[in-house]
Amino acid sequence: MSSREKAQVLDETGLDRALTRIAHEIVEQAGGGQDIALVGVKTRGVTLAERIGAKIAAIEGTEPSVGALDITLYRDDLGLKAEQPVVRSTEITFPIKGRTVVLVDDVLFTGRTIRAAMDALMDLGRPHVIRLAVLVDRGHRELPIRPDYVGKNLPTSRRETVAVLLREHDGVDRVVIQEE
Amino acid sequence: MSWKRKDLLGMQDLDAAEIIGVLDTAASMKEIAAREIKKVPTLRGKTMVNLFYESSTRTRTSFEIAGKWLSADVINFSASGSSAEKGESLLDTARNIEAMSPDVVVVRHRAAGAPALLARHLRCGVINAGDGAHEHPTQALLDLMTIREKKGHLEGLNVTIVGDITHSRVARSDIHGMRKMGITVTVAGPPTLIPAQCQELGVKVSHRLEEAIAHADVIMMLRLQHERMQGGFIPSLREYSRVWGLSLAKLEHCRPDVLIMHPGPVNRGVELAPEVADSAYSVILDQVSNGVAVRMAVLYLLAGSKSA
Amino acid sequence: MNLLIKGGRVVDPTAGIDAVQDVWIADGRIHKVGRGLKAAAGTETVDAAGKAVCPGFIDMHVHLREPGFEYKETIASGTRAAAAGGFTAVACMANTFPVNDNRAVTDYILARARVEGVVRVYPIGAVTRNLEGRQLAELAEQAEGGCVAFSDDGKCVMNAELYRRAMEYALPFGVPVISHAEDCDLGHGGAMHEGFVSTELGLSGQPGASEDVMVARDIILAELTGAHLHIAHISTAGAVRLVRDAKARGVRVTAEVTPHHLLLTDEVVRSYDSNCKMVPPLRGKRDVEACLEALVDGTIDCVATDHAPHALSEKEGEFAEAANGIVGLETAVPLLLDRLVRPGVLDLPTLVTRLSAAPARLLNLPGGSLAPGAAADITILDLERTWTVEPAGFRSRGRNTPFAGFTGAGAPWMTLVGGVRVPS
Repeated sequence: MSSREKAQVLDETGLDRALTRIAHEIVEQAGGGQDIALVGVKTRGVTLAERIGAKIAAIEGTEPSVGALDITLYRDDLGLKAEQPVVRSTEITFPIKGRTVVLVDDVLFTGRTIRAAMDALMDLGRPHVIRLAVLVDRGHRELPIRPDYVGKNLPTSRRETVAVLLREHDGVDRVVIQEE
Repeated sequence: MSWKRKDLLGMQDLDAAEIIGVLDTAASMKEIAAREIKKVPTLRGKTMVNLFYESSTRTRTSFEIAGKWLSADVINFSASGSSAEKGESLLDTARNIEAMSPDVVVVRHRAAGAPALLARHLRCGVINAGDGAHEHPTQALLDLMTIREKKGHLEGLNVTIVGDITHSRVARSDIHGMRKMGITVTVAGPPTLIPAQCQELGVKVSHRLEEAIAHADVIMMLRLQHERMQGGFIPSLREYSRVWGLSLAKLEHCRPDVLIMHPGPVNRGVELAPEVADSAYSVILDQVSNGVAVRMAVLYLLAGSKSA
Repeated sequence: MNLLIKGGRVVDPTAGIDAVQDVWIADGRIHKVGRGLKAAAGTETVDAAGKAVCPGFIDMHVHLREPGFEYKETIASGTRAAAAGGFTAVACMANTFPVNDNRAVTDYILARARVEGVVRVYPIGAVTRNLEGRQLAELAEQAEGGCVAFSDDGKCVMNAELYRRAMEYALPFGVPVISHAEDCDLGHGGAMHEGFVSTELGLSGQPGASEDVMVARDIILAELTGAHLHIAHISTAGAVRLVRDAKARGVRVTAEVTPHHLLLTDEVVRSYDSNCKMVPPLRGKRDVEACLEALVDGTIDCVATDHAPHALSEKEGEFAEAANGIVGLETAVPLLLDRLVRPGVLDLPTLVTRLSAAPARLLNLPGGSLAPGAAADITILDLERTWTVEPAGFRSRGRNTPFAGFTGAGAPWMTLVGGVRVPS
């Protein structure tokens, strides 16, 4: 599948501002920096969660807990593919029970990933509340899932894809729309 | 790595990339054992049949736990108390089971080649849980996982396997698997328990225990069956344990960071002195927990995907 | 112990010496061999002029009968007989009572030998438990305890699978497996060699084939396993041919022959004298000729007596009922000197090799040469001394010999172990 870049929707500065705003919104709703748990959905969600966590630490002076969640075992499309997707490990070293957990992912699309993430999280404990932070919401939901914090709302067509490129993985920070 | 095989019959079939794929998947799945709710929905709705013609509580239980933690439906079929006793052939039994639409069959049989026969005739995937003296691939995979966990890498290590190599499927699977991962393997035992032309498997052969384990990073001790005395392979358990058993005294001449492994069950006092089995060198219990993780990984890779 | 042996004909084939030389012994070891040696003042001198000074002879097939059958022989009497016969070392078989199939019995034999033995004693361990041919004896422990070989001698290990396993298991210890090659079924009930004599005498016979069949099998097993196989008391032309062919193929097989199988045929059994009864039995003329030829050309590596003492009561009586076996320690060297060396069938250096260097090499024993540094185990022969075989004068408790009354010339004159004369 070769994809052609159609447009850049966020550059490095824009991406950073979006994360800063999300960090402030999380802190505001939680009434402070303490006791926040950020859980990033692998793989790029984890990076974003770490960056938001760093920003919260800069704002409030307290470091939130940051964990990584692999949702492969909870996907609803296993058995529909010829090959099994690669399983990565889940690293959540803090207790979930009674916490306010903010799930972090890069792109919110059909909502199935977040559905799987919630099931995975529940198997690890019973959180007090789960919220959702995404960098980009591109619409086309197939399940009743809505984000609490959004970096950018981006209407797209189904033929398009949204790629979030991050320095840690791709050497550069930008968000682009691609067409197949 | 993409796993494309219908069956897991032996380590001899796998390449290094596939082995690493299984080990990585198993490592990721290991944390499920530490959870309060040991369940993931991955194989929900899949049916797994344990077809065990040789009694084996340990391996069968390990597979059963692995399947259940992945939410599969596990059916245990042991040869005793079944139609096998009434003289039903292996294939007929398997076809009858297949008529009930399992997604994966795990088989242990005393005849080498039995899983291969089943794999040819069954639509679903077949996992070899031990066929005669031929192969026991999930054992080798959990051994490799344990070694990698403790040593951080596999390539360049020295592993010595001690005991009845001739009758051991664990030895053969370990030899194939370890060599593919760049491990140097030495087998050691009395000449009567080393099979013909063993060195052609790519291993060093030694008939002196002390020399064979002096530089080993890992010592794998095999279980000695009591019947070997009758076959003229060894004079007595007593002499075997004196010459080939591992004692703390013998370990003093080994590397201080050597690992002691054993596929179980251990004959305390024969191949391992009790103090050695319980010592800090021993990673036997890690092997058992890794066994569940490895079997979860194998079930995930074989049973989870769309059937071919 | 310091000693100077002067003027004897030193026959040391390993060192390539066959000349009149002196041998200087210091502290029980060979110090120097050469002409006109002058030892330190006060050293005792032995005048060996006219004698042959040889490396100590080793008999690798002896039944010392202790523990368990002390009424036939003891380590004390057996080693005295050995010394009288010119032997400085013997290897003793495992068919004692209890059988030497475990370390405890080996330790016992060695302990007794240290106290009671006058020559060196090397135990041979059993291959199978209690010589029953069903389960391996504890070979690793036995090797560790000092057994120089493994053998079920007296019996044949009939189970080929078990014998194969024994050869394999023994391989790392570097000791040979010695075969008493006799198919129990083929040879069953035979009191003598099957041939014209047995037909005339009306005695059931044991065909040479019962030995050949097992020699062939054992050679094949040795080839399969890479073991060192040694054929005990070889006696047939067929077995000799098998060994010769196997050696040519590179199989690690060696063989020994007894003096009686070189000198007597089944003709002597006509007397029904059970002193002529042993296993393997005395064979036919062609067999004896084949053995002699093989001893000369080296196909047969050494001479060993199979010294098998029995009580008088066990040998008296009907031929078919009598116990098998004859003594040999005190008659071997005199007979070989008179019947083989004197007429020129075998030269003295070759005989010396067959009696010292060869058994030492086969069993990995020290000995077999007079090299400086070696223990001073020495056999001195008087090639002119005349003798008559008188069983009543034997040091051995056994009197069972077919050679009673034989006369000849050439006999052992002095036997030294560690430089010390062994009185006999």
